[in-house]
Amino acid sequence: MDELRLDGNAAAGTLGEVFSFEVTTAEYACERCGRTDRLGGAMVYEVRELGTIVRCPSCDNALIRLAHNRGRYLVDLRGTRYLTTG
Amino acid sequence: MVAVRPRRLAWRLAEVVKVVPETPRTKSLVLEVTSWEGHKAGQHVDVRLTAEDGYQAQRSYSIASAPEDERLVLTVDRLEDGEVSPYLTDVLMKGDKLELRGPIGGYFAWEEGDGGPLFLVAGGSGVVPLMAMIRHRTAVGSDVPTRLLYSSRSYEEIIYRKEQEKLAARDGSVEVIHTLTRSRPEGWSGYHRRIDAEMLAELAWSPDENPLAFVCGPTPLVEAVGAALVDLGHDPAQVKTERFGATGG
Amino acid sequence: MGEGFFSRGFRGRSRRQDTLLPPGQYLVDGFPVLSAGPTPRTSLEEWDFSVVGEIDEPKRWTWEEFQTLPSEEITTDIHCVTKWSKLGTRWEGVSVDTLLEGVETTAGYVTAFCDGDYTTNLPLEEVTGGKAWVAYAYDGAPLEPEHGGPARLLVPHLYFWKSAKWVRGLQLTSYDIPGFWESLGYHNYGDPWREQRYWGD
Repeated sequence: MDELRLDGNAAAGTLGEVFSFEVTTAEYACERCGRTDRLGGAMVYEVRELGTIVRCPSCDNALIRLAHNRGRYLVDLRGTRYLTTG
Repeated sequence: MVAVRPRRLAWRLAEVVKVVPETPRTKSLVLEVTSWEGHKAGQHVDVRLTAEDGYQAQRSYSIASAPEDERLVLTVDRLEDGEVSPYLTDVLMKGDKLELRGPIGGYFAWEEGDGGPLFLVAGGSGVVPLMAMIRHRTAVGSDVPTRLLYSSRSYEEIIYRKEQEKLAARDGSVEVIHTLTRSRPEGWSGYHRRIDAEMLAELAWSPDENPLAFVCGPTPLVEAVGAALVDLGHDPAQVKTERFGATGG
Repeated sequence: MGEGFFSRGFRGRSRRQDTLLPPGQYLVDGFPVLSAGPTPRTSLEEWDFSVVGEIDEPKRWTWEEFQTLPSEEITTDIHCVTKWSKLGTRWEGVSVDTLLEGVETTAGYVTAFCDGDYTTNLPLEEVTGGKAWVAYAYDGAPLEPEHGGPARLLVPHLYFWKSAKWVRGLQLTSYDIPGFWESLGYHNYGDPWREQRYWGD
């Protein structure tokens, strides 16, 4: 069991810097296993000062990879089939 | 209902109005935040500290106050080798400014309109967002049946203990059950072990009653309790979890 | 947010400076664990290490076979892009030169691939000539899973994200393929002495 693993609530502030909608209630579909759920329940690895990685609780696939460096944001969403607010 | 308008979160300065000791290791910070737009019970803020040389450290803290309260309150658990929490509990004082952004997180939040019954499970400082929910419940005069199962290392480390006792004494629809994991006072007749499936089977509402469960605390506790509740037949969509990690910082 | 705001009395963790350190780094006491995903738990029975890609004959070793390869003790400094450094860390492992012995290739780059989804890319010449190892022991003991065990890549002359944890092989490629952090704004090369932390540095 990974004690460094948090959940979507932990990434909400950082994700909120990039997305203007409430991310923890947004729904995703995992590109690898098809699981659909809300981001608040996803597994988050806040790699301090490196980036934020949000993973599917079923298959560990990286749904969202986010970094913020040199004043710019980099967002990789290829792990999600879709992300929706409604 | 608090309308949540989509907007970007911005850092802003709050002023410390009061620092209130809760237990030997925790303190509540009462903050004045200009133009605070409100929050839902269960949400948190990110706090950022900046040293004179520009070095920054950032952590998340759950909001302890109800949305109806006049001021924003954070309750901070001082971690022995933490970088941020010892500053907040030992150095910060009335008049100091604190950078924060929020409120954050609509997933782990409850308001009266969401209904119940409520099953709240806390490990250590995981009780903070759940207390915000209880305080909101009181502020709006709700009688949603509520059970708080709260795991602490010792009696002295129970946060908000007196407030919980008073509430349970006057409100028959609120029950607070404690379990102590490391030491217990003489004559303690309550649970004294880590929360396990057996304890949950005894205390949780039956899935037939369609309860809302909120579980908050260190990652291992949250994962074990979450899994146990689902095994007991609870709908995973009605079991919300918030992990604090092994160490918050 | 006011420019120049700082938190009265906040110092942060002790950040000891040292003239031996690359620019912007500080010394740290413990060995921080930074993880972008769950810790893989590969048993030694399942584990293997491969060299694949643009080579005539791929190579593969089981754990037992890997243990029979000549190994070295390495004492070196390591530098993380998040600014902590440790001096004089002790490792044991197999030189990448040993693993690439006899390999004929026109590839100019390698991608290290790992359990989990982590990858990192390097020019082939940065992992040869005595500059890189596949390390399976740290400080005299088997490498712990949280630090990358059973084995991790060790490339100490570059920022430590290039020393990929849970490494399972090297893929030789003609094209440079940005890895996990390199595709998120981290410098493709990563020389701490030139402070190459991010793209454009």
